[in-house]
Amino acid sequence: MMSKLESKEDKMLEVQFVGDDDVLNHILDREGGAKIKKERAQLLVNTKKIIKKPEYDLEEDDQEVLKDQNYVEVLGRHVQESLKNGSATDGGNKVYSFQNRKHPEKMAKLASELAKTPRKSVSSNLKSDPEITIDIPQCSKGHSASDKVQLKNNDKSEFLSTAPRGLRKRLIVPRSHSDSESEYSASNSEDDEGVAQEYEEDTNEVILSEQIQAQNRVLSAPVCKETPSKKMKRDKTSDLVEEYFEAHSSSKVLTSDRTLQKLKRAKLDQQTLHNLLSKVSPSFSAELKQLNQQYEQLFHKWMLQLHLGFNIVLYGLGSKRDLLERFRTTVLQDCIHVVINGFFPGISVKSILNSITEEVLNHMGTFRSVVDQLDWIINKFKEESSLELFLLIHNLDSQMLRGDKSQQIIGQLSSLRNIYLIASIDHLNAPLMWDHAKQSLYNWLWYETTTYSHYTEETSYENSLLVKQSGSLPLSSLTHVLRSLTPNARGIFRLLIKYQLDNQDNPSYIGLSFQDFYQQCREAFLVNSDLTLRAQLTEFRDHKLIRTKKGTDGVEYLLIPVDNGTLTDFLEKEEEEF
Amino acid sequence: MATSSVSKGCFVFKPNFKKRKISVPIEDYFNKGKNDSEDSKLRFETYQLIWQQMKSETEKSHSGFQKNSRDWGCQIKLREIPTAALVLGVNVTDHDLTFRSLTEVLQNNVTPYVVSLQAKDCPDMKHFLQKLASQLMDCNVDVQSKEKEGVQVTQKKIHYSMDSLSTWYMNVTQKTDPKIPRKKRTPSQWQSPPVVLILKDMESFTTKVLQDFIIISSQHLHEFPLILIFGIATSPIVVHRLLPHAVSSLLCIELFQSLSCKEHLTTVLDKLLLTTQFPFKLSEKVLQVLTNIFLYHDFSIQNFIKGLQLSLLEHFYSQPLSVLCCNLPEAKRRINFLSDNQCENIRRLPSFRRYVEKQASEKQVALLTNERFLKEETQSLLENLHVYHTNYFLVLRCLHQFTSSLPKYPLGRQIRELYCTCLEKNILDSEEYASALQLLRMLAKDELMAMLQKCFKVFKSSSEKHFGNTAKRIEEFLAQFQSLDAEAKEEEEDTSESQSKGLQKTDLYHLQKSLLEMKELRRTSKRQTKFEVLREQLVSFIDSLVREYLLLPETQPLHEVLYFSAAHTLRQHLNAAPRIALHTALNNPYYYLKNEALRSEEGCIPNVAPDICIAYKLHLECSRLINLVDWSEAFATVVTAAEKMDANSVTSEERNEIIHARFIRAVSELELLGFIKPTKQKTDHVARLTWGGC
Repeated sequence: MMSKLESKEDKMLEVQFVGDDDVLNHILDREGGAKIKKERAQLLVNTKKIIKKPEYDLEEDDQEVLKDQNYVEVLGRHVQESLKNGSATDGGNKVYSFQNRKHPEKMAKLASELAKTPRKSVSSNLKSDPEITIDIPQCSKGHSASDKVQLKNNDKSEFLSTAPRGLRKRLIVPRSHSDSESEYSASNSEDDEGVAQEYEEDTNEVILSEQIQAQNRVLSAPVCKETPSKKMKRDKTSDLVEEYFEAHSSSKVLTSDRTLQKLKRAKLDQQTLHNLLSKVSPSFSAELKQLNQQYEQLFHKWMLQLHLGFNIVLYGLGSKRDLLERFRTTVLQDCIHVVINGFFPGISVKSILNSITEEVLNHMGTFRSVVDQLDWIINKFKEESSLELFLLIHNLDSQMLRGDKSQQIIGQLSSLRNIYLIASIDHLNAPLMWDHAKQSLYNWLWYETTTYSHYTEETSYENSLLVKQSGSLPLSSLTHVLRSLTPNARGIFRLLIKYQLDNQDNPSYIGLSFQDFYQQCREAFLVNSDLTLRAQLTEFRDHKLIRTKKGTDGVEYLLIPVDNGTLTDFLEKEEEEF
Repeated sequence: MATSSVSKGCFVFKPNFKKRKISVPIEDYFNKGKNDSEDSKLRFETYQLIWQQMKSETEKSHSGFQKNSRDWGCQIKLREIPTAALVLGVNVTDHDLTFRSLTEVLQNNVTPYVVSLQAKDCPDMKHFLQKLASQLMDCNVDVQSKEKEGVQVTQKKIHYSMDSLSTWYMNVTQKTDPKIPRKKRTPSQWQSPPVVLILKDMESFTTKVLQDFIIISSQHLHEFPLILIFGIATSPIVVHRLLPHAVSSLLCIELFQSLSCKEHLTTVLDKLLLTTQFPFKLSEKVLQVLTNIFLYHDFSIQNFIKGLQLSLLEHFYSQPLSVLCCNLPEAKRRINFLSDNQCENIRRLPSFRRYVEKQASEKQVALLTNERFLKEETQSLLENLHVYHTNYFLVLRCLHQFTSSLPKYPLGRQIRELYCTCLEKNILDSEEYASALQLLRMLAKDELMAMLQKCFKVFKSSSEKHFGNTAKRIEEFLAQFQSLDAEAKEEEEDTSESQSKGLQKTDLYHLQKSLLEMKELRRTSKRQTKFEVLREQLVSFIDSLVREYLLLPETQPLHEVLYFSAAHTLRQHLNAAPRIALHTALNNPYYYLKNEALRSEEGCIPNVAPDICIAYKLHLECSRLINLVDWSEAFATVVTAAEKMDANSVTSEERNEIIHARFIRAVSELELLGFIKPTKQKTDHVARLTWGGC
């Protein structure tokens, strides 16, 4: 009875709260609805911009009107007069607007759009017109899908344009009018197999599925036409706040389930990456050179301002390392200076202070704390007014230096009259590191230096997402340690490695239990009692070669904390030696 | 030497000792930057001089309010710690300066034992006492001989307590006692100098530490005379919020209010800009930028002065004629030594060209060809400019006296607002000025009198002689207003009589009628009263003053020499927007790289754009999580399309590899910039860290 009532209520509720969205989702699929919504959001932005334009022009006429009420806006928008101050032509509202729900396939769509529009982009025109938007992106969507199929299927580089003409036609024609997300809806719930399968299908099958979806289109097309006007109407009432909550209402994020493992070239190590990239010819080198030359003209001004008690911070896209390096070699040759690579993972304030006390000031003593050391340095610099020191910090906002304490200490150093600091920041939120007190310590002058140079050095240290750990370091340490051991010990370790490699495909593998291990070792005549094995394991553990873990059943499990690739390499090497 | 290594993050470079000896004087940097600049050395020296003067001026204003705190601190009751609470306002960054001068004053006049502590040094009682003790010993070392150094080091390690402090204090004071009378210290009722403890940021101290310390030290007060000074940023109530009654009753608190930062700004402006003492001036936009940063961002005088310093530096750095930006006699002398190039520079000034065009043709020719004539003319123009400024500021102050107390403040309450409006446009054209005059015409007599009095003082204080006339006029006005008193009284009696006559017993209709008549009568007769006439005269007098003297600086020839107007450079360096720069660089590479291939409509980028821009653009299309595979494929689609046009001859497999490598690079760069981060929510996914940008 109760359950019935509840279910009734549920139904009631559902009936009550069906909105336009849900109706649409019911008829179309969810993505379709989201997509249209997205488009009208763009439209909204466009209209806003149109409204804003005249006001903006006015401002340019007056050059800089700084009225109180729109002061913040103006600040955000920056001045147009100078070329070099990175003012966004589109103001702050774009940068800080809320996110609305993104269509999962949007990226591919945009990619194909970008790929297709040769130089001038037509798509922005299209976007501004709601009527066309419905058709064209879908069209291009079709392209993208076919693109991808091509990419995957024939690696012989038969790309879109080189594909047989008839095939292309067949691919596009049924799609151009169909509901755009046909392909995606097929694998709607991120069905991994579906996607994978799709790529394995040959083109005939694709067409077949296309035809099936084309049947759907009869149903969905009229609805599709209807929606924009409806959406537009709703749009007027909804505002950014609603969009924000909409974007965050569902905890589930829709993305496809494809993984890198399915791609052949999954991860590259640092070296091959470097080699590959060296083959790429840099584009826009003339323009970049010009940019750099502009910045180089500022070197003397920087020196002047540094000497007058300001400190200089450089911001903007692109690595500023080369620029600072040139600054160093051209101007700082005759001064004592310290270069600090903030992006170096082992950097710390302590090491900075140490290099100042030990190498600059030739002090051999030790300090009880960082604060003591700082006090000592400050006193030293205050006493000897002839002493001058330049600090060049690349990436002041790096992971290691961005802490409050570190910033405080560097700030105190930089506030000294005869220490000159020139630093670069890259992170988007770097200025949040400094409160008013720190800012007044630093006494910054900001300079924008957008260089578009690649962050080669800066990213070479971090464990980047797609870069495979080369493992050369652990490998060499493994061989070194094992070489010092007895043959029996080596055998024990090799057993463990082999067991681990045999189980590498088992996701629930937690290690080899001690008892099993002992049994195996005995069988291989490597140990004669479990005490010997334990003694051996202690040695391994001291060298950090193995890790032990207590399982849920209280049994000890042994694991080598080195990745499998390295272990395979190690085994191969071992075999070569014997 | 290379500056990259896998084992080191710091690289020290020391030049050879011989080389280091030749330190490059700063001036060299000043002129090295520009080859064509003239008299750069002189300019730099002028800059330094003016800056020093300005700095000393500002520091003077800082120390003004502290004088009152000097005499205080004499009364002491048995168990109470005399305490001063300094309410300093929210501009925390300026406090340092205040405290520094306060310490100085105290050390000179009251006691050698001044200790200042900050909250971040004292997380607990132990550190608190340790810091206190070590600073006290340091103070003491200054007074005494430094031979105790060895002892001091050992002392540092022992655990301090209030007892040890007080015994130390006893020791010290006994030792120094005989010295004191000889030194002729300021007489005070302390038989020995007290210890002054300054807590710079009282709000951020932990409550417990403060309470404990106060309780303990109140026990020791008879042997360890202590005075506390709290620096408070918010409001004095915070003392009671931090300390319970039991503790705060141990304190004998006296409150001192420092100048509010806005008043402080006014005084700084008054002393630095609204004066002829310093020839350097700011244009309207620069002043706006500086005051806006002050009012909307930090309330920090220190920052304001930094901005001022920067604009001064920029002015002298970029304007070759700024060599003439010094006091009048010196400038006149320098004009005589101007080189030909500089003369050309003068001729090129827009304001000067405008001036030349207005002259008769022979004079035009002379100005453009004859150097000597040009120099003479420049001298006289500079003198005019100087006179213009003298008058300008006097009239400005005078006008400010009249308008600052008008209802609704049409021209602003502060003189800087008035100054800004005057700099911005011709004040005569502004609506605010018209409405201000309108309001002036409605003021009562005593208000006008008060204003006149103030105005008179302003003019009197200036020694300028051609304003003697004006001062006299004002005096006359004053006298006339006073003489009005008697007459006005008579008139009033008249009107009251007529009124009483008018209000006889009538019916409603007649009453209305007579009231209307009276109103009519009053309106017509009002203009005739002497007061009205006089007021009208006064207003038109002020108007004429404004008309004559408050001209726009841009109308003056050679104003470029004194006015700094590059507001955008100032804002760029002081109030930068790194996020927006990043956004622009990623979204619209054409903005920086002026390559036609990159030109595009708004919201789109061409596929030949730098890799990172393409990756960024693609990632904007995703929600919170991004699938790396999808991303890389989309990236590859775009990049291959772009490559095709270049007709690469590399094999496809290798090209794919390269494209993948480029993608990896772009992704890791975006990670460094903080747009994405790796996530474990789903395999091969990254999380987006920013909103919007769609």
